[in-house]
Amino acid sequence: MKVIVNVFLKAGVLDSQGKAVHHALESLHFDNVSDVRIGKQIVLNLDESNESKAMADVTKMCEELLANTVIEDYNIELVK
Amino acid sequence: MKVTILQFPGTNCEYDAKYAFEKLGAKTEILWHKSQSVPSDTDLLVVAGGFSYGDYLRSGAIAKFSPVMKAVAVYAKSGGKVLGICNGFQVLTESGLLPGALKRNESLHFISKHHHLKVINNDNIFLEKLDNNDVVNIPIAHHDGNYYIDENGLKELYANNQVLLKYCDANGDDKNPNGSIDSIAGICNKEKNVFGLMPHPERAMESLLGSDDGVKMLQGFLKA
Repeated sequence: MKVIVNVFLKAGVLDSQGKAVHHALESLHFDNVSDVRIGKQIVLNLDESNESKAMADVTKMCEELLANTVIEDYNIELVK
Repeated sequence: MKVTILQFPGTNCEYDAKYAFEKLGAKTEILWHKSQSVPSDTDLLVVAGGFSYGDYLRSGAIAKFSPVMKAVAVYAKSGGKVLGICNGFQVLTESGLLPGALKRNESLHFISKHHHLKVINNDNIFLEKLDNNDVVNIPIAHHDGNYYIDENGLKELYANNQVLLKYCDANGDDKNPNGSIDSIAGICNKEKNVFGLMPHPERAMESLLGSDDGVKMLQGFLKA
């Protein structure tokens, strides 16, 4: 099973990279962009067919390693 | 006085730390991260700076799972003194031994230069040889030095005198190089035996090399 994890800085934690890219887009005259957030995507291939087991395992991975929950939020997407 | 200095793959300040503490008269030992224990004669454990595991994922995120870190946690919980410098500070926050986290510098640049720091709380073994509001000149060299903690955490740091150092200019006025919340450069835990800072006192031991203000900072540990 393929699992996609997206990790982003929490709302309220300044995303300097997002801000810099936002400014760059503005200087390219893309005036309709109101916010840019930059995160990372981690793609896992799990030897697991049980979806709830996969979700539980990946949640644990996020809490222990993949995200730093002091500053980051994560979401998990199971891809069949 | 025996100082044990941790070495991960990618650590590059372990010999600076060894030089600094030997200059102050301590015995030192460099400890590879595969070790399952902290030497029993250790008076101070230093988590040195550099780029443990290439800073992959996040600075310090992989190092916290090194075998030695379990022993470091036990050592710290039993009151052992721990000092994390730069990447070492990042490892200690990732490990949960210090509160908060270190984000990418607000400017997104790697910053490497001397910077002034102001002593905020000297009621701890690390800074007791200095006075509050003393200004020292210490090198900084980091990409992820932007200290962050949520509002409640910040209140708690102040309430317990855990804010050790803040970035400032030569006159002691606020000057923030990296976006750290309240210009915080270093903190300690509530029990005041685990210390972390982004600047490098171990690189400020010789006036010939720009500053020897690191001597009076690190000396605090020597009386133990």
